[in-house]
Amino acid sequence: MSLEAPPGTSAALVANACPVPRVESERVLLGHGSGGQLSAELLREVIVPALGKAARSGAMEDGAVIHVDSHDLVMSTDSFVVNPRFFAGGDIGCLAVHGTVNDLAMMGAMPIALTLALVIEEGFPIEELRTICESVGRAATAAGVPVVTGDTKVVGRGDADGIFINTAGLGSRLPAARPSATRATIGDVVLLSGPIGLHGTTVMSTRVGLGFESDIASDTQPLHRLVELMVAIAGDAIHVMRDPTRGGLASALNEIAQTSGVQICLDEDTIPVPPTVAAACEILGLDPLHVANEGCLVAIVAPEFAGDLIAAMQQTPEGREACAIGHVTDADATRVVMSTLVGSRRIVDMLIGEQLPRIC
Amino acid sequence: MCLGIPGRVTSIATADGLRMGIVDFGGVRKDVCLSYVPETEIGDYVVVHVGFAISHLDEVEALRTLEIIATMPGALAQELGPAADARFAI
Amino acid sequence: MKYVDEYRDPILAKQLIVEINAAVTRPWSLMEVCGGQTHTIVRQGIDDLLPAGLRMVHGPGCPVCVTPLELIDKACAIAARPDVIFTSYGDMLRVPGSHTDLLSLKARGSDVRIVYSPMDALRMAIEAPDRQVVFFAVGFETTAPANAMAVIQAKELGLRNFSVLVSHVLVPPAMTALLEDPECGIDAFLAAGHVCTVMGWREYEPIAEKYHVPIVVTGFEPLDLLEGILMAVRQLEAGQATVENQYIRAVQRLGNAHAQEAISRVFAVTDRTWRGVGSIPRSGLTLAADYAQFDATTRFDVGGIETAEHPACIAGDILRGVKVPTDCTAYGTLCTPRLPLGAPMVSSEGTCAAFYNAGRGRQAVAASTARS
Repeated sequence: MSLEAPPGTSAALVANACPVPRVESERVLLGHGSGGQLSAELLREVIVPALGKAARSGAMEDGAVIHVDSHDLVMSTDSFVVNPRFFAGGDIGCLAVHGTVNDLAMMGAMPIALTLALVIEEGFPIEELRTICESVGRAATAAGVPVVTGDTKVVGRGDADGIFINTAGLGSRLPAARPSATRATIGDVVLLSGPIGLHGTTVMSTRVGLGFESDIASDTQPLHRLVELMVAIAGDAIHVMRDPTRGGLASALNEIAQTSGVQICLDEDTIPVPPTVAAACEILGLDPLHVANEGCLVAIVAPEFAGDLIAAMQQTPEGREACAIGHVTDADATRVVMSTLVGSRRIVDMLIGEQLPRIC
Repeated sequence: MCLGIPGRVTSIATADGLRMGIVDFGGVRKDVCLSYVPETEIGDYVVVHVGFAISHLDEVEALRTLEIIATMPGALAQELGPAADARFAI
Repeated sequence: MKYVDEYRDPILAKQLIVEINAAVTRPWSLMEVCGGQTHTIVRQGIDDLLPAGLRMVHGPGCPVCVTPLELIDKACAIAARPDVIFTSYGDMLRVPGSHTDLLSLKARGSDVRIVYSPMDALRMAIEAPDRQVVFFAVGFETTAPANAMAVIQAKELGLRNFSVLVSHVLVPPAMTALLEDPECGIDAFLAAGHVCTVMGWREYEPIAEKYHVPIVVTGFEPLDLLEGILMAVRQLEAGQATVENQYIRAVQRLGNAHAQEAISRVFAVTDRTWRGVGSIPRSGLTLAADYAQFDATTRFDVGGIETAEHPACIAGDILRGVKVPTDCTAYGTLCTPRLPLGAPMVSSEGTCAAFYNAGRGRQAVAASTARS
């Protein structure tokens, strides 16, 4: 039994601490991929330090900006391992397109081209592969971005769970757009483009043991056109944009709060959670703020543009339910707080590891 | 272990000798065992815990609770004001 | 959601808070027993809205938190076996045992699966006849009928590959043990609404009388908790000590007879160790003789595992309501939800986790909150 105290911990503190041993983990856990604290830790402690100085500079954003001559290009990549592969509202194929297109869009970039890499398990049905690829094709066409190159690998039976897809995207940044997780400023308004919780609860509804039937469908969709409209209206007064995927809205906002060094205050009453999502979360004991989304964005904007942005977003199919959900306050504490339904306040934390259904 | 959620019984059937039903929770439907609430009928509300209905939800009493609260001598409720709101001790 | 949203009405909540403020003339300590109630109170910041002298003490109402270390070790020993599919409710996966926890075992290749209902575990046993399916039957009386049904069905179907690791605890003996403690400063209790849905509130009447404490059976939504607190406070101010029912839409005095029958058929009352509290006589459930064949501790021969609780851990003081998490020197530093040292930090219903996730005592909040 041993305790490892963080550096600087006094001896007295260690002596009085509960001696139930901490479980030191030398293995990667599912939680490391959940988009919450564990994911951030893995990046910070294992991955980024190994990649050299260039990787360490700058804040963690949805994509990387690369200056070529006087042009700003953006690169982003994402892998898709969702199980089940088909769900109401989408499938792994279109998810793979939308996810990367949206990462580019969150950097204020319009997509130029996508890559498509497949790792397929031996024995995977060709019909299913065809369906997935057709879905990729349809989604790319609808988003107006070509898939220009790719790779296909097959591994032995049991060495991959069906199929893993990776897409990388190249985008061109809109000249007026300068969103960055470092730019949230006191007084800014926090906007949401639509309801939260749809994708995660849809996927969870098809998982064995937690299944339920409902009318909810994943919200997966490309958001670059919405972003183009927003940038046309507010330019670089859009300080931050993020699509809250794994880890949910809470994790995305916490990352922004930490990176910008501000406090973000939300109003529980204003956050749009569809009734079926709320019900599913009630049953499983989940917090909708931690559930993954694939078709909405959160934007932190200068207050004078908030009204116009919301009005314009509401005219689009992607932003029909756009609304303001909070604002950025002082910088004494970098975290997210929320005023509760009954008029009190609480802190909204990042997801820690894997989202486990609560029964209690 | 007290996460009990109210839902409406939309259908009842027997499976493996057990009385089962499909319960609708605000648009989400799940299979629920109704063995412990044999008197429940379609349209009734039940409290469901880990896949089992453990109680029938009494609509009259449910409304009564809300009524009691709503009709409390509430002249003060109008002036919520700083006294009631200034309690942030996080 | 019907029957949920109405009980979160902010205007009615404020009404109740005003009433509570008007009713309180002296300091009182109230304990809510159930972790689900703790969760709502902390998540909605209800205790921050109560008058200064009214203290909410969070009781040992988290079955995850009170599961003894020894039982976690047994669970891990069973789960590590290659022939076993170990099934459990979600919360139990992160609770640290002496050497490891279920989630870590899962990372190392053990077949550990989360289930929503014990019937899901039963189904797994039916569908995988060549594997042993073990279900970690944790909970209060609320969950006992569900767990009982799984065992009843297993016997009915003649399953030989299904067993349960039982860690059921009963509320009234725990309440009595708390009241017997000379350090106990609890003036009134909010009894666990869903426990009482199953068991009724008969058993609490002698407790209220003997110890002269008001006991109010309370629900889980913000309005339920506020109304329950108000009812308890009114009794205290009037010097009364009876059992009242706030959760009238779901609880009756005699409870659910069918559920109780299943419990008494499948389970027998036994002495049980509560983590951090110690052994409380006749406070737990074990399988009755007729169903003993489904006991995982005998099937997998883990009866020999004995782990003593460390005397220095303050989880016990917290579970008994004697200390708050911020009294613990490890709270928020060595012990966080990310790397919990004890059970109350693991379970999202545990007092320490509830505190931590609502930001209690972590940063200088008051100043910035007032300014916002």
